[in-house]
Amino acid sequence: MQALTAGPVAAPRRQIIVGTTLAVVAMFMMVGGMLAVWSEQRTNFVERDGNWLPSGAVIPEVAANVALIAFIAICTFAQWAVWAAKRSDRGHGVFALSATALVAIMVINAQAFIYSEMGVGISDGAYATMFYALTGLFMALMIIGVIFSVVAAFRFVGGRSDNEILAAHAIYWYAMSIIYTAIWFVVYVTK
Amino acid sequence: MTTIDPTAEVIASSVEAGDSALDRLLAAVADWLTSTDHKKIGRLFLGGGLLGLLATVAVNVVIGVERSGIGNIDDGAIAQILDAQRVGLVFGTLLPLAIGLCIAVVPLQLGARSIAFPRMAAAGFWMWAGGLIFSIIALVNNGGGLGGDPDMVDLFLGAHGLMAVGLAATAVSIATSVLTTRAPGMTMRRVPFFSMSALILGLGLILVMPVLLGTLTYLFVDHRNGREAFGGNTGLYEWAGWIFSPGAAVLFAIPVAGLLAEGAPLLWKQRTPARGVVFAGFALMGVAALGSVTQVAVHNVPWAGSDLYLGGSDDVREKLYDVVPWALFNLLPLLGLTIVLLMTLLLAKPVKGARPNVTPALAFGFLGLGMVMVGMIGTALFAIDDLGLQGTVFDEGASIYVVYGTVLAALGGMAHWAPKLWGVTLQVAKLLPLAGLGVLATVLASLPSYVAGFDEPRDIYAILVLVGHILMALTVLGFIGLLITSVMSSDGGAEADPYDGQTLEWATASPAPANNFVDTPTVMSAEPLVDSKSNYGQTDSEKGES
Repeated sequence: MQALTAGPVAAPRRQIIVGTTLAVVAMFMMVGGMLAVWSEQRTNFVERDGNWLPSGAVIPEVAANVALIAFIAICTFAQWAVWAAKRSDRGHGVFALSATALVAIMVINAQAFIYSEMGVGISDGAYATMFYALTGLFMALMIIGVIFSVVAAFRFVGGRSDNEILAAHAIYWYAMSIIYTAIWFVVYVTK
Repeated sequence: MTTIDPTAEVIASSVEAGDSALDRLLAAVADWLTSTDHKKIGRLFLGGGLLGLLATVAVNVVIGVERSGIGNIDDGAIAQILDAQRVGLVFGTLLPLAIGLCIAVVPLQLGARSIAFPRMAAAGFWMWAGGLIFSIIALVNNGGGLGGDPDMVDLFLGAHGLMAVGLAATAVSIATSVLTTRAPGMTMRRVPFFSMSALILGLGLILVMPVLLGTLTYLFVDHRNGREAFGGNTGLYEWAGWIFSPGAAVLFAIPVAGLLAEGAPLLWKQRTPARGVVFAGFALMGVAALGSVTQVAVHNVPWAGSDLYLGGSDDVREKLYDVVPWALFNLLPLLGLTIVLLMTLLLAKPVKGARPNVTPALAFGFLGLGMVMVGMIGTALFAIDDLGLQGTVFDEGASIYVVYGTVLAALGGMAHWAPKLWGVTLQVAKLLPLAGLGVLATVLASLPSYVAGFDEPRDIYAILVLVGHILMALTVLGFIGLLITSVMSSDGGAEADPYDGQTLEWATASPAPANNFVDTPTVMSAEPLVDSKSNYGQTDSEKGES
């Protein structure tokens, strides 16, 4: 059967925003589940062995705290991009998206710094494997966020000034900041 | 952003571009492999699910032969076979059939030209298919949860992670479709029942699959590096086994209730009163998601002996703390299903002078939901520690009740919407014997496991289960045969509205064209097609008078 000719464009219903919100819910469930398992295992190991952290492990808390503060900047820049798109201000929009991606890369760098400084290999016991699994998935989500920022910036430069994708982009980074706050508290503060 | 998928037209024209038979065949294969048409993605899932079911039945037959004492399989192999059974029932059969039907039908019901994020839905299918194939490869090569080859165990874990990502992506696509691509005038209260059940399934998968993915990530990293956190293979079913539990299976079976609710008003051609109550029923079934991810399968409910005695306030409080979680995880989903069933019975009250309009959705949906209900009751009983059912085959019976009940409903759904998906109308008279055979197969494959849970394993139970699985294979093969012969003998077009339907999918041609609708339909009520039929639901005498 022949394909039908396209009909009138359907009324916009914020499809990308809804899709991103559902994806964000999925991210919350994934990280929330992992943190729950972390807490459960931490309790089990402390009760059984009396310790949880590998001996000699030094967690560089400054880097973790700086990364937390960086998320304030990321969310501000992402919201700035939404503000710029509403005014069709391409200059501000591209600058804000670039700044978002740049600070996100700095957070990835901070996480890599933590890996190199803490002196724990991935095979050094239960804590190590769980730490690398959890923070590794967080790094993957950060990289997805950077790609999201770059794609949104290219669309914006190319003249597609629909602010829906930029709103979805901001939602993603707000969610990531919540996720990192939870990881920071459970993994870096309570350890 | 529009809801129109432009690739469907491009693909349709490319299929016609070739001249020779080989060109057309290659173009058709490329079309199916790269299609973003929701009807094709849905049918790919359905086809994969039916293949998965037949493979799982074969595995079940092997298990039945072993348990009945006819065969003798070594312990290492039986562990792999039991793993294959769990994977096959949930990831090979239940999920693809439920999701496939939703993807194929939901956009049509919503009056949409395409599913939301069609490329993501297609990617979800290929991730699921790839994950399942990797999982089978791992099982064959001594991988699996109890496998002895570490690399293959890693492959098994990775394959399940891939399937979890794919299924979650597809769920986002389904849920976003219902939330954003509805026809003008279709408020959430006017969403068709099946589409609403698909939304609940989608949301449930979005909640459950990422938890599985996170847990599998822990297990994978731990298994490759030291195995101190989760104890290697032994941790797999302790931490991720909940996805194979009957409780989780209930969540994936929610579209069965949607199918029945879709078919019930067609019986006497009535509008459904109190639609919100049915929606609440679906939502209550969705509570099963909570029961799944909390990973609590056993409850110490006060049941036996002196535990029935209620002492002071502390004793009452303690017993309530035991009973409330059990009731929350097990009885609420059952209550939801009961609500849907009661609403169906309300609509089944005969109308004087009218002829019943039995559709495949009603027949298979009713029988399928009945089987799912028995499975849910079994799940609730299995969770009570005092009954001593842990460690028996009772939960296997509950799982098979739910999975085979869903299979029955999926067959009914495929038959019901066959005019839109394949351009043929399957005769109800030929389908009903298959439905009966399917019910017999489900009962034989499951009920003996229930009895064995309270009794003790006996050869006769295993033989009955074996016969049940074989009958289920015959049911599915019979259905596939009926569908193929109907398509082969079809003259190319079916009636657009063979069941006198109420929802939008029946407003378009059969089979549904690439973009579903020529014009975007406008909806004025929950039963938009009823509004356009002046004498809908009238008896013959009433039609004569008018």
